[in-house]
Amino acid sequence: MGRELSEAIVDGILGGSVYALMAVGLTLIFGVLDIINIAQGILVVLGAYLSYVLSVHLHIDLFVGLLVTVPAMFIVGVTIQWAFIRPLRGRERTSMSLLASYAVAIIIEGVLYLIFGSNFYNLNASYVTSGPKIFGFYLDYIYIYGFLMALVLVVAIYYMLYRTQFGRSIRATMQDQTAARIVGINVNRVQALTFGIAVAITAAGGMVFGATGGGFNPNTGYDLISRLLAIIILGGLGSIAGAMVAAIFMITLEGVVDVLWSPSWSVVVFYGALVLVLAFRPQGLFGRKAARAQ
Amino acid sequence: MSQGTVKAGPLQAGGVQLPTGHDRRTTVARLGCLAVLLVIAAIFPLVITNALYTQFAVLTVIYVGAVAAWNLFSGYTGYISLGHAVFFGVGAYTVGLLTKQWKLPGGDIFALLPLGGLVAALVAIPLGLVALRVRRHTFVVITIAFFFIFQLLAFNLNFTGGNQGVSSPFFLWSAANYNNPFYYVGLIIAVLTITLSWLIRNSRFGLQMLAIRDDEDRARGLGVRTMGVKLTAFVISGGITGMIGGLWWFFIGQALPETAFNPLFDVTVALMAFLGGFGTLVGPVLGALILEPLQQWIQITYTNGYTSEIVLGVLFLAVILFLPRGIVPTGAEYVTKWRVAQARRREPATGGPAPGGSAPGGSAPPGSPPEGRTATGTGSAGTPSAGTPSTGGVR
Amino acid sequence: MSTLLRTDAVTKAFGGVQALNGATLEVEEGSIAGLIGPNGSGKTTLFNVITGYETVDGGDVYLGDRKITDASPDKVFLAGIGRTFQLTRVFSRLTVMENMIVAAQHAEKGSARIRNPLARAGGPATRRRAMELLEFTGIVGHAGALAETLSYGQRKLLELSYVLMAQPAIVLLDEPAGGVNLTLITTIADRIRELNRQGTTFLIVEHNMDFVMGLCDRVTVLDNGATVVSGPPDEVRTDPRVLDAYLGTAEDDDDIAVS
Repeated sequence: MGRELSEAIVDGILGGSVYALMAVGLTLIFGVLDIINIAQGILVVLGAYLSYVLSVHLHIDLFVGLLVTVPAMFIVGVTIQWAFIRPLRGRERTSMSLLASYAVAIIIEGVLYLIFGSNFYNLNASYVTSGPKIFGFYLDYIYIYGFLMALVLVVAIYYMLYRTQFGRSIRATMQDQTAARIVGINVNRVQALTFGIAVAITAAGGMVFGATGGGFNPNTGYDLISRLLAIIILGGLGSIAGAMVAAIFMITLEGVVDVLWSPSWSVVVFYGALVLVLAFRPQGLFGRKAARAQ
Repeated sequence: MSQGTVKAGPLQAGGVQLPTGHDRRTTVARLGCLAVLLVIAAIFPLVITNALYTQFAVLTVIYVGAVAAWNLFSGYTGYISLGHAVFFGVGAYTVGLLTKQWKLPGGDIFALLPLGGLVAALVAIPLGLVALRVRRHTFVVITIAFFFIFQLLAFNLNFTGGNQGVSSPFFLWSAANYNNPFYYVGLIIAVLTITLSWLIRNSRFGLQMLAIRDDEDRARGLGVRTMGVKLTAFVISGGITGMIGGLWWFFIGQALPETAFNPLFDVTVALMAFLGGFGTLVGPVLGALILEPLQQWIQITYTNGYTSEIVLGVLFLAVILFLPRGIVPTGAEYVTKWRVAQARRREPATGGPAPGGSAPGGSAPPGSPPEGRTATGTGSAGTPSAGTPSTGGVR
Repeated sequence: MSTLLRTDAVTKAFGGVQALNGATLEVEEGSIAGLIGPNGSGKTTLFNVITGYETVDGGDVYLGDRKITDASPDKVFLAGIGRTFQLTRVFSRLTVMENMIVAAQHAEKGSARIRNPLARAGGPATRRRAMELLEFTGIVGHAGALAETLSYGQRKLLELSYVLMAQPAIVLLDEPAGGVNLTLITTIADRIRELNRQGTTFLIVEHNMDFVMGLCDRVTVLDNGATVVSGPPDEVRTDPRVLDAYLGTAEDDDDIAVS
């Protein structure tokens, strides 16, 4: 039991790091564009399918394939934002972008069904099913690689945000769009690029997810987006640190409940944790407490 | 929205003059249209007996009712709920399980609907207490989270039948007009919900909700009990949705976790509301009347379920991108512009209706343009300040 | 004359910024009081503190004899303090009349606890009073128009009108003359005087010196969150400390970003 538990915890942290990567993208989109991108889940799946095609049909290694899928998904992201999100105006802009991204998600899901059908796919490589023995249990290499990749990408994101001009523009836009415009920041460009970046890192996350998630098909998008949403809300909308902490916490919690109790209930606990946190802290863990009024 | 204001007639109470002739004409025209629609709705299944079309009709009235119920909360308070499927499913399962439990014969089934609604309303209370304390973005997501929790519970709990769900027995009326009782019950629920919507719109309760939608904190600062108002609306909306879910179960004959708690339900309902005009009274109903038959038709035509999904998604996007404000407000704008053009054509020299606003020191000069004084109140009426220096002032 | 509203050495910081640092203020019942100070001196923050939109770090707020420090905005409103905002807040998608009715919610509470929730919004007495107030401020002609169609000046008048619906004992006006033309400023000043004659107390934040000096019985000056001087307009106008506060020395030039 103790060994299973520690295995679950380690798996949770490593697996959670990948979710953290995807959640950071989602929360970044919220922070900069003030919208919730429901399509993020299906875009992860799309990334997984792309990796699959490269791996199985072109025999390119999964990680090497990222050199193709990541830029491709970046373009996909920018296109989606530019074509479907940016034109939305009016008072209900936020709700409409939510619906628009949901519509995009449905379309992508349908297309993926048409191309790939509803069978479950898996990404495979030598390191997916083999690994070292640590603390008495087996750990697939892919988890370690995935964790390292997530680490590298998160560091890269922080570097970009805090050390580059572009990152400064992003942070400024997150704080106050109008003020950012006034100081000459091209907010439209920042938003499009941020969306692209967020989607691009989902490609990376998608690859690891495809290898470790236990099989994916187009329907997996729903499960993913609901988890990611729960994670960023728990962490606090717009907070990158919050997204990371929440991701690791919730995935680990779910894994632990899985082992201690049962798989069917672990998912309920996952969402229950969200509800519980919000009941006591409506702004999430790292969210800014809304001022009393205004 | 503006129509409701004209009907309630605050101006009549205040003594400011309006072109009452056209106002009465509009009301009569509207009531006439309403009467015609009701008659058509009532005799529809008697005239069109093709079972396929009456099936469309049943699903359409179900969605009309669902949209009206959804709009009652989300449209008026501005809190977009994407978790109303929870109430739909709870209603469906409640009614289903009770029918199985009590082994009711065919004809009495509809009596269970209020119970389904009641259970859904009770579920709405704790959900609302948690969800309504957060800001709007988070609210949307937490309703989605609730949805998934309930869907998972339906899968995992024993008494809900897990993957098998709950199936209904056969009902004891003739197969020929099988759909009709469902249609009429659905129609009644829909009409009652719309009527309730209308009553609420003109009431104190409704006004508070609309104030919350515009500026919740200011409303709270003025003494409106925002939590109470939101929660009441949420519970009423959830209860009605539950009843409709129960009706759906009877009609479809089976409740599965993925059909009773259907992720597309809320998106469809929201889309119908936005298509018709989010927050208006008539808009969502119109949206449902257009979209539901369309959706059914698409599913029949594109038998590949995936293609129909794509077509639906494209439709959603088209509506959102090209008709962002919805049919009713856009239509109302055109009507107002047309009316203004007519009025201007008719009375080019005079200032239209008598000026209101007795600012001390002088009344408004008669040159004020008519559109500033009419009560249609749509956004395009323009700033009424021209020519009234003591009140408006030029910006 | 008794003191109706009083703040006692209120302090409030936002992160590293000390917005209020010993703000003391007294408003006599039945008077028109002014609150002035250079940009960033904490005027709006003090308003927010008084009306419950911000909590204090230290100090107290009194309404009459009651301590109302940290009371929530609706409690403050119910206690009899009305308030307008620098950025005018009206319910844009409601009509002018509906705006007035919303503000009358608490005034309509009768002794009966169970009231018909579906009753038409705004009883006849409320509507009558609303029309009176709208006539008084001069925008009654727009009673049926959506608030968003009003011009900026008309919105200010609407905000003033609906704040008055609850018959507050004291009204806090945050820059009532901001951004409006001369004629309207005169109208607003007239209205304030008239209402004051009828018994309403006012506390006004303003940058327009003529407006303040011409209208107020007593003026308090804030600088860097602290009260610098307080007294009748003529005294304050010529007080060297006030000039100092406005012109300031180089070190004093940190503008506190107070909403």
